[in-house]
Amino acid sequence: MRLIPFLVLVAAPLRQFPGRTAIAVIAIALGVALGLAVQLVNSAAADEFGQAARRLSGAADLVVRGPQAGFDESLFAQIAKMPEVDVASPVVEVEAPIVGGEETLRIAGIDVFRAARLQPALIAEGTDPLDLLRPDTVFVGRSTLSRLGLEAGGRVRLRNGLEDVELRVAGVLAADSPAEYAALMDIAAVQSLFDRSGVITRIDVKLAPGVSRARFVAALSLPAGVTVQTEADRNESLSRMTRAYRVNLNVLALVALFTGALLVSSTQALSIARRRSQLALQRVIGFTRRQIGLQVVGEGMLLGVAGAVLGVVAGVLLARVVVSLVGADLGAGFFAGVRPEVRVDAMAVVLFAGMGMAAAVLGSLGPAWEAASEAPALALKSGDDARAFRPLRSPWPSVSVLIAGAGASTLPPVDGLPLFGYVSIAMLLLGTILLLPHLVPRLLARIPVPRSVTAALGLSRLRAYPVQAAVSLSAIVAAVSLMVAMAIMVTSFRTSLDQWLQGILPADLYVRAGDGGDTAYLSGDKQSAIAALDGVERVEFLRWQKVFVDRSAAQITLLARDEVDRDAEARLPIVGDVDRRASALPSVWVSESAAAIHGWRPGDTLALPLRGESREFLIRGLWRDYARQSGAVLIDRRHYIAATGDRLANDAGLWLTEPSRLADVRTALDALATGGLTMMTAGDVRELSLTIFDRTFVVTYALEGVAILIGLMGLSSAIGAEVLARRREFGMLRHLGVTRREIGVVLGAEGAGVAAVGLAVGAVLGFAMSLILIHVVNRQSFHWGMDLHVPWLGLAAFFAVMLIAATITAVASGRKAMGGDVVQSVREDW
Amino acid sequence: MAVALAAMVPVSTRAADYPDVIPGRPLRFPEDHGAHPAFRTEWWYVTGWVRTKDGRDLGIQITFFRSRPDIAVAGRSRFDPAQLLFAHAALADPRHGRLRHDQVAARAGFGLAEAATTTTDVRIDRWSLTLEGSTYRARIQAADFEMTLAFAASAPVVLQGDAGYSRKGPRPAQASYYYSRPHLTVSGSIRTGADPEAVTGSAWLDHEWSSEILDPAAVGWDWIGLNLEDGSALMAFRIRDAEGRPLWAGGSLARPDGTVRRFTEKEVQFVPGRLWTSPRTGARYPVVMRVDVPGLTVMLSPLLDDQELDSRASVGTIYWEGAVTATAEGRTVGRGYLELTGYFRKLRL
Repeated sequence: MRLIPFLVLVAAPLRQFPGRTAIAVIAIALGVALGLAVQLVNSAAADEFGQAARRLSGAADLVVRGPQAGFDESLFAQIAKMPEVDVASPVVEVEAPIVGGEETLRIAGIDVFRAARLQPALIAEGTDPLDLLRPDTVFVGRSTLSRLGLEAGGRVRLRNGLEDVELRVAGVLAADSPAEYAALMDIAAVQSLFDRSGVITRIDVKLAPGVSRARFVAALSLPAGVTVQTEADRNESLSRMTRAYRVNLNVLALVALFTGALLVSSTQALSIARRRSQLALQRVIGFTRRQIGLQVVGEGMLLGVAGAVLGVVAGVLLARVVVSLVGADLGAGFFAGVRPEVRVDAMAVVLFAGMGMAAAVLGSLGPAWEAASEAPALALKSGDDARAFRPLRSPWPSVSVLIAGAGASTLPPVDGLPLFGYVSIAMLLLGTILLLPHLVPRLLARIPVPRSVTAALGLSRLRAYPVQAAVSLSAIVAAVSLMVAMAIMVTSFRTSLDQWLQGILPADLYVRAGDGGDTAYLSGDKQSAIAALDGVERVEFLRWQKVFVDRSAAQITLLARDEVDRDAEARLPIVGDVDRRASALPSVWVSESAAAIHGWRPGDTLALPLRGESREFLIRGLWRDYARQSGAVLIDRRHYIAATGDRLANDAGLWLTEPSRLADVRTALDALATGGLTMMTAGDVRELSLTIFDRTFVVTYALEGVAILIGLMGLSSAIGAEVLARRREFGMLRHLGVTRREIGVVLGAEGAGVAAVGLAVGAVLGFAMSLILIHVVNRQSFHWGMDLHVPWLGLAAFFAVMLIAATITAVASGRKAMGGDVVQSVREDW
Repeated sequence: MAVALAAMVPVSTRAADYPDVIPGRPLRFPEDHGAHPAFRTEWWYVTGWVRTKDGRDLGIQITFFRSRPDIAVAGRSRFDPAQLLFAHAALADPRHGRLRHDQVAARAGFGLAEAATTTTDVRIDRWSLTLEGSTYRARIQAADFEMTLAFAASAPVVLQGDAGYSRKGPRPAQASYYYSRPHLTVSGSIRTGADPEAVTGSAWLDHEWSSEILDPAAVGWDWIGLNLEDGSALMAFRIRDAEGRPLWAGGSLARPDGTVRRFTEKEVQFVPGRLWTSPRTGARYPVVMRVDVPGLTVMLSPLLDDQELDSRASVGTIYWEGAVTATAEGRTVGRGYLELTGYFRKLRL
């Protein structure tokens, strides 16, 4: 077969149904675009982090890291003197809030002489070399400079404790500034200005030639909570942090592709039904079955190519827009402050374009088989449309797919990913769609016969051709179930979060030193002053920092709060059992995520690194924590102070003598800290948290909208195509004296019937899928539980709107399809 | 003399309070072999000729610099950049065609980089120069060569200028404390390839410290330190302005009997001969030079032309520092080092 005639043959039928073709193309494009965009945005963010670290660490092989608060600087001298080490470069990192703004500045304090041995090109040329050593100068990356509205030679004021520190911007970092380290200073300056004397947070190490990481680690005795990582480890741990989120989005992209494949399938199936005589003629004039099959697959391929091309373009644009509007973490808050460049990655383009095309080809395989296996003589004798949609002979294959799907949901995660959860959802969807031809007649039988004769006519027509209805239904069921599942999951999560926030914030007023960053704190004096304020009945202070436990690559949050030993069980949202045995060990309460990640159970002993030493705690119980996905552990601040001597606090919770004193207390706190405190009531915190939640799910909401649109469009074109196919039937009705309006009612009834069945099946399937999302996918991805909450009102409204929209769509598409002289069409064949 | 001072030319506002170099302060040893941290700049500067077992001549240069930067220091951190240490090492090998050289820089502290005040003991990581008894020992682990050398002193210390007070410009404060150790006997090993080669030879050490040295009009200087075959040692320098005219000059001839003839600024003449243009920087250096002092005229010719040194990564300049042979009336009379600075750019970076 020559290519060009083949293309003509393949393209021509697609042009006959431009609307349907367009929708199938759009669905595939959407899947490709979504998958590609998620991939591009994420690799841009990962690149940015990797490069940021490389730009600073340069030729370093390993990085020694400890808790966020740092470790003793003498470890640097110890490592630098090791014969296994070629270069050791000490770094102290702080993130300081900028006074009078909401931003923070990430600063790396470096010893320029040692850092330059790993990375010679740190600072732009033409700067005064002494500025790299001065106690009050900072070098800022170009992008950060413009984002903060600063300029070289200008000044920037940062917050330390509750005091201001003023620095001169001495120059700009070389090349593109690393986003993670927006600014560089001298290590001694950072230690002196930000109370980090004697402490560093990182040592970049270049090993001597021929020395392996294992030999280096073996020769080294590290304090508790300090660990050795390669850059790859670090990137891996950053990437793991966002992986579950990314995989979830990629699954949504797959769902879009699946919907696309279904639409291709129904487009092709209806198109073949329309062309039965044409295809039969082709067979008669010498086309083989194989050629007919290839032709139909070729049509699908053409849809796939169009969808893939559109999708790639849209995906790249989407990635750019998302990065500039929401940020590189798709609004999830993982990569705050990173604004990376989206680079088009050929591999990702090929992968997702290929998947789009594969979906289209898969979608047309069934119809191609139908078309090829048709007996030409039978097909040429027209009037046997329904034969094109032969039902499955037995419902058992689809039922077994459903059962297998339910079984898959009970399997454990694979490498931290809920793969079987997704498999389960996919199988439920597939099984349900395969079952539709069996389900639809039963469901249609349950719809009461309307009083109106014309509406009853529509319903009986549907009942007479249930299989055809089932084909148009697949896309609707897929879209509706996805929508219902997501809506229930998001509502459950949001409601659980809201209830959690109400429980975990019992104080009247919450106070935080600075807004973000890790350099602001409440000194002991300020703590006493706050506790002594008029109108304050009681205060609890909280100190937190990020620490390494075990040998894992990711840090967890260590929270030390007053009064934990006294009231933890009463105050915390406890999950599961509590170990109340008497023990000499102090208590620790671990978050659900921390427990899931590290495999901790109540009654276990947990060693926490406190000031370079390992201290044992007894795990009393698990608590629900939606705030820290990588895990948190809570201890009483008494134990923290005893072990570390650190009496500073980050946050305070204030109980007032009476609620009316709130304004007075706020004023007094402002005066106490010269405006350096961020104050929020429990209500403010709740509002802010829910806003952040909604922003995180903005991509999800957008997807839901698109899913509904696809469902409606699929319905519209399915009905439109059917009306075309049934011109003779309507012509006959018109001959019998049925008015156009009455035919509209017939169509409306059919549309409403199809939609009702689709919504019913979609709702049940969606509910089942939401259970899997909540109890399997979410728990396995993010390690936190949530309670089921169904948005009844919202779903009811959605169903009503869908039903109305489907009816209107059916009537409108029908009107359009009947545009020509329907009466004439009766003569066409008979 | 050394180029490091270039980076530390006085500025009008000083955060640090440096002591002045004044005449009449007698040098005391071994304390004055050690570091003088209050002063702005200090260096220990070893140059010499060595010969391998198979008779090849090599030039060596090892320099440790100490600098007290002109910045306010908070005094709350062990990383405070109160004292900075730098070192250069260069190896001139005609077979290699150009210098092998490397440099290190660090802030003093943590026992990793230190300059002792009791005697010569300066170290930066794996580079060190120490004085034990009357022998200096240097260990250099550069990127592409290693040197482990001992320098035994037998001749007396030569105090330059007025008993160690060496003027460098028209103003009395433009001066340094300066002494030399000529005719050091070198032994040890140098490795450039797989195996170290044993070497022997003769070297020269300068130790100099100051707070303010160059006149603002100065762009650079020429300096020689020559071990002469008759056992005497010739040092001479001149400081040039932008037009190449001498702003100041000086020198000395130390005889084997211990007597020293000191030259006034009018008595020292440097007359450039052949120019060599660096293919890397385009700077033109008078690598052949005639030096006239009372009673002696020497012609200097380099071991190899390309002995340019790029030290922008540590002290921040490019200069020529080369092994030279001195001839008088066509006969070799001695060997030593010629330093040419300020030919790439004015030494005020």
